[in-house]
Amino acid sequence: MPKIRALNEPRSRREILGGTIAALALVAVPGGQLLASTAEVDELIQKLAGGKKVQDGRITLDLPSIAENGLVVPLNFSVESPMTADDYVKSVHFFADGNPNPQLADYTFTPLAPKASAQLRIRLAKTQNISAVAVMSNGDVYATKKEVKVTIGGCGG
Amino acid sequence: MASKVTPRVRMPATAKAGEIIEVKTLISHEMESGQRKDAAGKLIPRHIINKFTATFNGQEILSADWHPAISANPYQSFPVRATETGTFVFTWFDDDGSVYKSEHKVEVS
Repeated sequence: MPKIRALNEPRSRREILGGTIAALALVAVPGGQLLASTAEVDELIQKLAGGKKVQDGRITLDLPSIAENGLVVPLNFSVESPMTADDYVKSVHFFADGNPNPQLADYTFTPLAPKASAQLRIRLAKTQNISAVAVMSNGDVYATKKEVKVTIGGCGG
Repeated sequence: MASKVTPRVRMPATAKAGEIIEVKTLISHEMESGQRKDAAGKLIPRHIINKFTATFNGQEILSADWHPAISANPYQSFPVRATETGTFVFTWFDDDGSVYKSEHKVEVS
């Protein structure tokens, strides 16, 4: 049975520590939210591919292997392409299989862009795989995947 | 929203013709994901910037659709090419209908 005590009674070290850990756990898993799955992300990639074979290569996806803070994870990408009027990267899409919403961002490029590349910062709820999918102007689809270990979750925290 | 939304852009004001220059943008915005709960356990409604576009002399270079997983105070950098003297316009579209714009003239020699 829990000890009943006066409000002004000092708390023990263990009680304070326990409280802090409970608070951290709340930040990491907000309210037992439904998270996306690998299957869901695969489905989204297949939808983008529209029946075409998804190929490897061309995409450089730069993410930290370990992200201490899931609230701000730097993501840099670039897709190899001459970026000319008849051969360019049409769009680049990012998915996360462990976030409440699998979609991260969708970029659309025109041949005016000298390179299909950009840097952004994303939130990750937990350790998970990030997928990048590039759709070329001729309809070819390339994809790559990278795991990011997250120490403190960033979904909503 | 509580704090003022201000776009900040850093890019050179001059460039050589055909040179690739880097644009760095940052906009202050809470990017409320719609997944957080307040102290009373109620979901805080989603409020994010859902789209970013970059144009040069009126022609689109790139655009980005952002989802709730984009970090607060969204940072965005990317390369552009200066072919002639002209104006780059960067635009952010807020869930609440607000539009934030930032214009930058680049002299090309």
